[in-house]
Amino acid sequence: MANLTLIQAVNDGLRTAMEADSTVYVFGEDVGPKGGVFLATENLTRDFGANRCFDTPLSEDGIIGTAIGMAMNGLRPVAEIQFQDFIFPAFDQIVSEAAKLRYRSGGQYTAPMVIRTPYGGGIRGGLYHSQSGEAYFCHTPGLKVVIPSTAHDAKGLLLASIADPDPVLFLEPKALYRSVKGEVPEGHYTVDLSTLRNVREGEHVTVLCYGAMVPVCEKAAARAAENGIECHIVDLRTLLPLDEEGVLEAAKKTGRVVVVHEAPRFCGMGGEISALIAENCIEYMEAPIIRVTGFDTPFPNTLEHHYLPDERRVLDAIERSAAY
Amino acid sequence: MPSAQPLARLERSNETMPDSLTTPEHIASTWLDASPRDARDADWLRSLMSDLILLQVVDERMLKLQRSGRIGFVGSMRGLEGMLVGAGRAIPQSDWLWSGLREGGAALIRGLPLSEYIAQMYCNSFDTAKGRQMCNHFQHAGTHYPSWSSVIGTQIPHGVGAAFASKQKGDGAVHTIFFGDGATSSNGFHSGLNMAAVWKAPCVFVCVDNGWAISVSSRDQTASKGYAVKAKAYGMPGVEVDGNDVVATHDALVSLIERARAGEGPALLVLKTYRLMGHSSSDDPTKYRDQREVDEWLAKDPVPRFEQRLVADGVIDAAFLERTFTEHRATVDAEIHVQEAADAMPLRSLVDDVYSGVPRHLRRQYNEFLRVSEKLGEARRGDGAFPL
Repeated sequence: MANLTLIQAVNDGLRTAMEADSTVYVFGEDVGPKGGVFLATENLTRDFGANRCFDTPLSEDGIIGTAIGMAMNGLRPVAEIQFQDFIFPAFDQIVSEAAKLRYRSGGQYTAPMVIRTPYGGGIRGGLYHSQSGEAYFCHTPGLKVVIPSTAHDAKGLLLASIADPDPVLFLEPKALYRSVKGEVPEGHYTVDLSTLRNVREGEHVTVLCYGAMVPVCEKAAARAAENGIECHIVDLRTLLPLDEEGVLEAAKKTGRVVVVHEAPRFCGMGGEISALIAENCIEYMEAPIIRVTGFDTPFPNTLEHHYLPDERRVLDAIERSAAY
Repeated sequence: MPSAQPLARLERSNETMPDSLTTPEHIASTWLDASPRDARDADWLRSLMSDLILLQVVDERMLKLQRSGRIGFVGSMRGLEGMLVGAGRAIPQSDWLWSGLREGGAALIRGLPLSEYIAQMYCNSFDTAKGRQMCNHFQHAGTHYPSWSSVIGTQIPHGVGAAFASKQKGDGAVHTIFFGDGATSSNGFHSGLNMAAVWKAPCVFVCVDNGWAISVSSRDQTASKGYAVKAKAYGMPGVEVDGNDVVATHDALVSLIERARAGEGPALLVLKTYRLMGHSSSDDPTKYRDQREVDEWLAKDPVPRFEQRLVADGVIDAAFLERTFTEHRATVDAEIHVQEAADAMPLRSLVDDVYSGVPRHLRRQYNEFLRVSEKLGEARRGDGAFPL
């Protein structure tokens, strides 16, 4: 066991995968000698050579397009998109190609690959270094969408994603890169995709969240507990395919649900989860489902701490739900 | 077997072309019009003629099936048979062929079985893609011919990435990546050629300049004087060849493939040809192009040009042509009858192959659909519900 930050766990996960499997290749913009703008790939070029971890020309469409070809021809590419905000030139390659290849070829061709990219606010990055675009990708059958919130899960989910036979978009909460630290096992282990994690047990209100919102919800739950409201917190971890049974079970447990994400509200994960619960177990609900989310606006800059759900806004929702 | 054409000669011929985007008289033929004549093995030439006739027969039959409502869509090969046969014969089965809409003919010549070709046109249960793609979207894993999408230019970086993988694995394969003139404006063209050159990937880019991207002419596609010159900006050679000359196409491609295999990096080959029909069976080209232009290119039609040359040289005669047409028609028609009788895909294939297994939410969605389908009496054997 080592006590690692989330970004160190990502680095450890990449290193572990590259040691175990010589077909794992890591590439993207500035991931080589520099080690990536957040140092996720630090020392990988030094230790595995410039063949296995290398810088590409500045073309997201090209990075993902070539990664698909590598995957089709026997490599296990792990491509980095420097910020999730920059992924959109590659949207076509992800949505039209990687996600549809297995289906359109009747299983003759597949694209087992991982796209790692930092997402979310909290670093004063403004409109183009802060977005949470998970909902665009969760609307894409054939793709898997994974978001860790702890160092342990970052490594275990990354290793599971690299081993997965389907393309995985691995969204890393950059706000947690260095603020979250935890025990990480040495060597190879995996955390199953499409299984949620119970963060905290409680019988009054269920809080469903993921990524950088998990520690925010934990803080809110600690304050709610001071007033006698015990929250059941669930970290979704994989958004697509979602652990639907787990979500329904968690919702039924308390009959009161708060969904928290920093992405805009409209057509976001909160809407999908609310509909899932309403369709399947509305008779268990004691209160309206409440969403606490970012605004339906572009991402702000100086006011980002107001845009992002914080523990006070989450606490307010928990209290409203409990009081209903 | 014919000798590969030296690159230097191809590049020289490119430089002598003042502007390749206008009319066919600017295009130098490199084999059909060579003087003195460049003799080739007679059996080999006859086999090329046979392949050209096969493509004509397949095209004619597919268009008839489409007009009679048996299949949905055809991207005709008329006018492109020369480059398709030349390419199909130049790319070994152990190499990879990455394609767009109109290279199914090349794949057929190269080893895509006729049965699979026609099954795909019917989108039936014999189709290896399980009827999921619209007609004319072929694939054949056995000869490294991957499934491609209808999105223009996206296959270009795929081929480059796969070529990078071949280089890393040291498997010796070269990846020939086809696209049309319209695709030279796509993201994939730029990122693909750029990255291939930086990585010195073992691939050959083939721009099939057939004059039209649906209704947009090459003149409106680029302000460049041609497509081959674009290669220079990426740091690779660009050469232009008469795509209506089957032997010239074959030789140029063999030469560039072997160059890539030797580790000398990628190149761009532009095949000048002409789409004599509409973009597809759903397109009326009289709305946007002049019949005089079509007539000019009909005079350059690759099949009669080749045929006349072989007849003049005594390699084939009228009896050969008649016999070959008859044989190919019989083969194609027999296969059409087989494919016509195949079942449609079972309902359950709706949710297969989205992921490696069928995840729980898709099993639930399917079971919900099946409940309604059974109520309506539409479900058949094999359509059973998934365990949850």
